[in-house]
Amino acid sequence: MTDHPTPSATTSAAATTDVVQLTAAATAAAIAAGELSAVEATQAALDRIAKVDHTIHAFLHVDAEGALAAARSVDERRAAGERLGPLAGVPLALKDVLTARGMPTTCGSRILEGWHAPYDATVVSRLRAADVVLLGKVNMDEFAMGSSTENSAYGPTRNPWDTTRIPGGSSGGSAAAVAAFEAPLAIGTDTGGSIRQPAAVCGLVGVKPTYGGVSRYGLVAFSSSLDQAGPLARTVTDAALLHAAIAGHDPLDSTSVDVPVPAVVEAAGRRDIRGLRVGVVRELAGDGYDPGVQVAFTAAVETLTALGAEVVEVSCPHFTYALPAYYLIAPSECSSNLARFDAMRFGLRIGDDGQAGAEEVMSRTREAGFGPEVKRRIILGTYALSSGYYDAYYGQAQKVRTLISRDFAAAFERVDVLVSPTTPTPAFPLGAKVDDPVAMYLSDLCTIPSNLAGGPAMSLPAGLVDGLPVGIQIMAPPFADDRLYLVGGALEEALDAQRGHALLDEAPAL
Amino acid sequence: MSTAAPASALPSYADALARYEPVIGLETHVELGTVSKMFCGCPTAFGAEPNTQVCPVCLGLPGALPVVNEAAVRFAVMIGLALHCDIASWCRFARKNYFYPDMPKNFQISQFDEPLCTDGWLDVEVDGEVHRVGITRVHMEEDTGKSLHVGGATGRIHGATHSLVDYNRAGIPLVEIVTEPDVRSPEVARAYVDELRELIRTLDVSDVRMEQGSLRCDANVSLRRRPAPGEPDAPFGTRSETKNLNSLRSVERAVRYEISRQAGRLDDGERIRQETRHFDEAAGRTSPGRSKEEATDYRYFPEPDLTPLALPVQYVDELRAGLPELPAARRARLIAEHGYTVRDLTDLRNAGVLDLVEQTVAAGATPVAARKWWLNELARRAADAGSQPNDLAISPADIARITVLVASGELTDALARKVIDGVLAGEGTPDEVIAGRGLAVVADDGALTAAVDAAIATAPDIAEKVRGGKVNAVGPLVGAVMKAMKGQADAASVRGLLLERLGAS
Repeated sequence: MTDHPTPSATTSAAATTDVVQLTAAATAAAIAAGELSAVEATQAALDRIAKVDHTIHAFLHVDAEGALAAARSVDERRAAGERLGPLAGVPLALKDVLTARGMPTTCGSRILEGWHAPYDATVVSRLRAADVVLLGKVNMDEFAMGSSTENSAYGPTRNPWDTTRIPGGSSGGSAAAVAAFEAPLAIGTDTGGSIRQPAAVCGLVGVKPTYGGVSRYGLVAFSSSLDQAGPLARTVTDAALLHAAIAGHDPLDSTSVDVPVPAVVEAAGRRDIRGLRVGVVRELAGDGYDPGVQVAFTAAVETLTALGAEVVEVSCPHFTYALPAYYLIAPSECSSNLARFDAMRFGLRIGDDGQAGAEEVMSRTREAGFGPEVKRRIILGTYALSSGYYDAYYGQAQKVRTLISRDFAAAFERVDVLVSPTTPTPAFPLGAKVDDPVAMYLSDLCTIPSNLAGGPAMSLPAGLVDGLPVGIQIMAPPFADDRLYLVGGALEEALDAQRGHALLDEAPAL
Repeated sequence: MSTAAPASALPSYADALARYEPVIGLETHVELGTVSKMFCGCPTAFGAEPNTQVCPVCLGLPGALPVVNEAAVRFAVMIGLALHCDIASWCRFARKNYFYPDMPKNFQISQFDEPLCTDGWLDVEVDGEVHRVGITRVHMEEDTGKSLHVGGATGRIHGATHSLVDYNRAGIPLVEIVTEPDVRSPEVARAYVDELRELIRTLDVSDVRMEQGSLRCDANVSLRRRPAPGEPDAPFGTRSETKNLNSLRSVERAVRYEISRQAGRLDDGERIRQETRHFDEAAGRTSPGRSKEEATDYRYFPEPDLTPLALPVQYVDELRAGLPELPAARRARLIAEHGYTVRDLTDLRNAGVLDLVEQTVAAGATPVAARKWWLNELARRAADAGSQPNDLAISPADIARITVLVASGELTDALARKVIDGVLAGEGTPDEVIAGRGLAVVADDGALTAAVDAAIATAPDIAEKVRGGKVNAVGPLVGAVMKAMKGQADAASVRGLLLERLGAS
């Protein structure tokens, strides 16, 4: 696309007062008040998808029929006087890495083309129970491996702010769908930053909950010890509502923790951070960070000070090793997790000519079914776990992981939350880094430490750099997810007030 | 060995033993008798239609996650405790990575360097000698599915046209019990598996049916030269691992064959290859499994989908306190209390009647009578019916009552069998059957004497032979009397009476 739209007052999205512009909270309130039906809200989202998704390519599968049926059910039960949940009737885009009955699950990979899971992920069953309307499945880097959604076997998704640029990844479809007003809410998953980085470059709020806070049952694993599903939304309150809907202990996931869900919705509305101690991570700045990103970040931190927070600089010396440790642990787990894609029970099958043995069919299917980045990581991980190399690679990386957790623990002795830029740069052009994996990996420099240590983290729109959104990352200790929403809610309100409107209002119309 | 000898000519077993000392270690997989699988809620019943006991978890579908079955952990700890192991206060599961179509995830959830139970032992007795077998470890894992290779001659993959996989077995909880290389003979190897099987059966944590694969044994065998007097032991030789031995007899035969085979190779100056081998029961020989050029690298790493297993001390202590009487202790007690011999106990156990005999004694029978009735009459009836003695519709209390009546002379053995017939036919208790069928020993000498006289009168030639001293010829007369008495007489008494009448006693 050569002639992409640029933001202007006349073509701005804010100029259209459309149902799809409503936040999730406003949509739900309108439905609850009878001012808007769930079917109208859903149809509006479907219409918007029909209008813009050929440009954005966020959706891999649109389940119009299922969405409208769910919406009708909400309307009928509301009419019957049933008390419905706080997100009843609100449309949502689901990352195609979570299983849902009645829809395909591809994980952005050829190897799963046409596979329909016979069961719902726990996140999905909770969404259904909350009467959230599932619009369909959205695009992603294959098996969540990537930072640009260019690794999808089904073609890249484009950033609604600038359709020549990447929407981030791996939850690029989720972010683009919300930023393009195709859905007010989306579920993403975050293994090394895959919710927060797309949220940052699409001007959204994205949260990686505490590891163990949201069930992974039905989340097709990339790296089991790091993966976590979470919300993408246009506001902190919307993210909190979605977070509250999906979080909580699940007996089907042994790593899900049986503790009360932090009061995230309440925290999002408190808007008072006086006396809160905020630590700026010294190591997450400097070389490699776009100056514009630094400017926006610094301004956001100054706003926190203005809101009464006590801002100090803290050092987390081992964060420097987070990226290499991550690129040993995640590929190691991936090499094992992805072994099951072998053509025997589901998905793609190549080379079954009646002559080839099972091993050959497995091999030919995996050769044809996996893209280059997935193969690269399987090979990396297989190597790192090999006898004789395990201690030097996987074992050493686990030690680094422990040290990073200790850095966090020490920092949280001194401060309540940590902050950093979410990404070193704004969205880069499509194709800019596809041939340079390491440059691509650096997109997750700031987000990876929270995955390794397990704590929650949020990306919040900090501002624009040359018309492109950048984010500020807020990090909290494990199970203190509410602090993200406390800080995020206050900062969002202040930043919106400074610029006189929400950041997304500056997004170009499509 | 002459170089002209064909390669198949193995040295005799005795020759092999004279020159080499076998070093044997055993790895035993036991399917735990839990209601549901190791990591999901699917049932574990044996023999269901293929692929009917499966779910996203045990099929390894994308997104599915394992959850540890508490009962499986409990059973594994019980086995560890009964084998005198240390129970880890903290341990983890690990992934063992390798590709095979019957393994849904292409990794097996197992344990690697942090097993649940370590460092135990089991004593086994062979010909009056006790051998202590060290237990290296007991760890938990999930079973694989079962491949069925179709179109080949032997059911092996070689030559098959296609394969079918049944995932019902995938995810069934297993423990693997690994011994130290302490075993020195095929007989001890067999006895170890036998004793282990009995121990696990006593714990009631598995049905340990080798023929159904719920207990499977792999035998690691190596040889080393017997040292000359005064020499230190030679280092261990290279071992072969013979997989999936599915009967006690196969364990012994396979180990014995391997000893001869390896001795033959060593005699010829050849090396023993470290390899897995299969035992062909029909041929009585082992053959190499599919050889791999390189050692398999399983790339073990801690299973990230499961949290570590941290068993409270109290949990383990409670299980320890709740263990049933173990087979060795029970044997000692039964020998002391009931006067049984080791051989008696082996016979009773092999017949599957040891518990029943003990209960029968408890219900009032003498140990000798209880043993006799269960081991002979009732075990045979169960076998005839194709069932187990346990399944017979007669209780130890019934048998105890019958033995008491026999002892008091109110029943003969023959009548007792008819009483058993009646009880098994559902006619009630032994006393009800006796009343209903009119089965009591006829103590009326008049009727008996008349029958004896009639029998003698009917067969004068036989009577003459007996009078002439051919005492053994009396049999047909005894039969005639018993027939006339409709069995309600004691055959020994009848015989005595006949001999007395004929002046031959």
